[in-house]
Amino acid sequence: MTLVYLIIIPLIAGIVSWVSARKNPVWPRWIALSALFAQMLIIISLWIGHSIELNSAHNGVWIASVDLTWIPQLGIGFRLAMDGLSLLMVALTSILGMAAVICSWTEIKDGVGFFHFNLMACLSGIVGVFLAMDLILFYFFWEVMLVPMYFLIGIWGHENRIYASIKFFIFTQAGGLLMLMAILGLYFIHGSITGAYTFNYFELLETPLSAWSSMLLMLGFFAAFAVKIPVVPFHTWLPDAHTEAPTAGSVILAGLLLKTGAYGLIRFILPLFPSAAHTVAPVAMMLGVIGIIYGALLAFAQTDLKRLVAYSSVSHLGFVLLGVFAFNELALQGAVMQMICHGISTGALFIIVGALQERIGSRDLNRMGGLWASIPRISAVGLVFALASLGLPGLGNFVGEFLVLLGVYSVSPWMTVPAAMGLVLAVIYSLRIVGKAFYGCSDDRSRIQDLWPREALLMAGMILAILWLGLFPQAVLNTVEPALKAIQEKAGSMSYKSGQAAVYTDILSYFQTSQVVTETQRNGQNR
Amino acid sequence: MKISDLLPLLPILLISGVVVLNLLIIAFYRNHLLTAALTGAGLIGACVSTVAVYSFAPRQVTHLIIIDGYSIFYMALVFAAGFVVTLLSYRYLELLEDDQEEYYVLLLLGTLGSSVIVASSHFASFFLGLEILSVSLYALIAYNRNDPLGIEAGVKYLVLAATSDAFLLFGIALIYADTGFLDFTQIAKSAGSGHVGLIIPGTGLLIVGLGFKLSLVPFHMWTPDVYEGAPTPITGFLASVSKGAVFALMLRYFTKVDIHTNNSLVLVFTVIAVASMFGGNLLALLQNHVKRVLAYSSIAHFGYLLTAFLASGSLAVTATSYYLVAYFVTILGAFGVIAALSGCRGEPDLLSSYRGLFWTRPMLGGVLAAMLLSLAGIPLTAGFVGKFYVMAAGIGSHLWFLVACITMSSVIGLFYYLRIISVMFSKIPEDFEETGLPDVSGIAAAGLALTVLTLFLVWLGIYPSSLIEVIHKMMSSCA
Repeated sequence: MTLVYLIIIPLIAGIVSWVSARKNPVWPRWIALSALFAQMLIIISLWIGHSIELNSAHNGVWIASVDLTWIPQLGIGFRLAMDGLSLLMVALTSILGMAAVICSWTEIKDGVGFFHFNLMACLSGIVGVFLAMDLILFYFFWEVMLVPMYFLIGIWGHENRIYASIKFFIFTQAGGLLMLMAILGLYFIHGSITGAYTFNYFELLETPLSAWSSMLLMLGFFAAFAVKIPVVPFHTWLPDAHTEAPTAGSVILAGLLLKTGAYGLIRFILPLFPSAAHTVAPVAMMLGVIGIIYGALLAFAQTDLKRLVAYSSVSHLGFVLLGVFAFNELALQGAVMQMICHGISTGALFIIVGALQERIGSRDLNRMGGLWASIPRISAVGLVFALASLGLPGLGNFVGEFLVLLGVYSVSPWMTVPAAMGLVLAVIYSLRIVGKAFYGCSDDRSRIQDLWPREALLMAGMILAILWLGLFPQAVLNTVEPALKAIQEKAGSMSYKSGQAAVYTDILSYFQTSQVVTETQRNGQNR
Repeated sequence: MKISDLLPLLPILLISGVVVLNLLIIAFYRNHLLTAALTGAGLIGACVSTVAVYSFAPRQVTHLIIIDGYSIFYMALVFAAGFVVTLLSYRYLELLEDDQEEYYVLLLLGTLGSSVIVASSHFASFFLGLEILSVSLYALIAYNRNDPLGIEAGVKYLVLAATSDAFLLFGIALIYADTGFLDFTQIAKSAGSGHVGLIIPGTGLLIVGLGFKLSLVPFHMWTPDVYEGAPTPITGFLASVSKGAVFALMLRYFTKVDIHTNNSLVLVFTVIAVASMFGGNLLALLQNHVKRVLAYSSIAHFGYLLTAFLASGSLAVTATSYYLVAYFVTILGAFGVIAALSGCRGEPDLLSSYRGLFWTRPMLGGVLAAMLLSLAGIPLTAGFVGKFYVMAAGIGSHLWFLVACITMSSVIGLFYYLRIISVMFSKIPEDFEETGLPDVSGIAAAGLALTVLTLFLVWLGIYPSSLIEVIHKMMSSCA
């Protein structure tokens, strides 16, 4: 039942804070914060309680599960389960949820109760997505998180919020409905072959599919996830939604909603349709690379700081797509690492942009400059996360991107080269933020308020998190390893074409040494 | 006909009795509250009596009426919807200067006609029921005599319904000429014998007539005008009861005749379904009039429903029934909010009059938003489970093309639902003057109806298995 609590706690807190806002507009903030804190405690206790199991893959990957009847007539159950991957994602949800509550402390003044209700409802939908092991339940949560996010953007957003919120809703809904079709198709194929009509994820994993139907169903799922991640031709909702959303909305969007798409790729597409996934892998990896380059180039061209960060998300999530479709453990681990680190670093960048907008009333890079002199703390934090975003070793994102590149290099060096170029471009646009906003000549802005203590505390926590992820990634990698191994087993590895075998021997030997390195690292840490 | 046959007809007789009683009372003593209360009680009583009648099912009462699980289910649905319309009407009628009491007689007659339609197993009873329904609707639509739009709508409905009835009758006559029967079962037998004749054009004309009633594209032209002009509770009645009853009959007839064996009929219905989905949703996109938007939306919804109709098997019947229940709850709720918002100066018709509704009237705004999200098929609402069921039925029968059309057209449809919701939560205009709703009694009745509908909406959306259970039980006796 612990897993049910993880979903219910934010929801109930949301309702309570909505009601409590009539009494006092500060209460919703504290209620939301404490609920998320409680949720965090549950996650930590789960993590610690199962750390031994998580580190030995043989004891089974699932650390908790729930199976209740819901709509038995259709074989739909309320099935939740948690493995290392889900655990990390839920933990990220909890952390970014707290960040979202804190960063909207002064920004949101109207409709505080309803705002927090939407925020918390969205968070509980996201947690549900990460835990659901019944395809209809998954779809249910997938859609449930949409509506509150639509309200968050549409009500508390910036100038062009109605356009952005409707666009966001329609894009994701279109992808989602295609996924629903694919889910139903899988259900009937499974039912007609085995006689058991069920949406249970674990049973559907065993469905024998013909190549053709596997491909069609996979594309249905891919449509939903590609819109969310977003993969490049489907990304146009993202800059609008991120830019127009209030700060908390941007944090949740970039930090969590995009991750649900990546999570869906790992959890559903790889194990459910391994052969079809292998078939499209080259295309998907190509799209990932295009995303990396295209996102970075567009990020560089923006003057709206929020839009810049939004496009950088497109670029960073390209690494995730690339890593997932490389079909090896290193790249997959890198993808997960990248998901977590991107959540934290981009979330923090959005918070900084939000703080700047609140203080100087603009997101336009050309109207900033020389901010370091007047608000040194914000500027320093901005520098840290800009460095994280460009992949500086020692900070989390580096680990993710490096592992992805390493893993991809072993299967497709030609993809790695342009992807690595993306890192260079990241340096350009990240340093542009720092250079344009924080350095340079200063107008007279001596009266700007620097970080409030509350925000400073939040930022300190996020810096510590990104440092920890960068310096000691092994804790995360170990947690997620059994889950990824199980998925990897279902999905198989990338097969090499025989003619290219010679090219790969070098790479493979390098790959093996790097494995030794990680092994020794791990041993060193265990000691 | 035996005396014992009367008992299964209890719900229908009860409603007829209340009609007569109401007429007598109005003749001697006019009182709005009394008539409304009697009407409500009669509808509730009829609804409850369907449970008692269930023990007789299935029972063929003469050749005309069949009382089986299917008809009992739809009768109960029709009566419940009639009750909700009564609740919504009370306050609305208080705003009228005319007499209010006859309205309830007409409403009861409409409900009576609908319940006869869903229980008929014979073209004669179907046509009689349809006429009772239509004639009462002519008067109901034009009930507000001071409203030129209402008169226009009434006349429009009169002319078009009469035309469609002519088609219907001609179709029935051709079928009769070919088979020699008006009884559905007998027609199915002779149609199944493989002989081809006048039954094909007859069925074609029948489809035209039914298409008018269900406002399917291309027979939909009257819908937005009539929906706009009719008193809002009656618009809700038109969109739910009158359409739902005809659809239930259509499903019964075509399941008996088994359209799946006839490729050209399947093709005709497929074309109509696709045209209705896209036609309804595309035409609604740029409407600024909320009642017209909902009219187009209801056209699209019957396009979705035709997908379940075309699917075969028990899943299709369950899907149709579930969808209709969800649709009834949703569309009545949506029109109910509009009715509750209308003041002395008329109804809030234009989109702009909903600006900031979330902030000025959070409850009504919230209910309308929930209803619109349900129409759009978003989870947590009944509309989602309905749409899911229809898609499942479609895919289960390999109607991939139709399901893909549902997907595409509902994405288009999403836009206009969201447009209304966005207007509702946008900032209150500067020159907004708080007019307040006129102080008439009956707001509690409307509030009760809307609360119940909203609770149903969420309950059916989160925990649908109880209703599915009921449907399974009722439908097992037929189909």
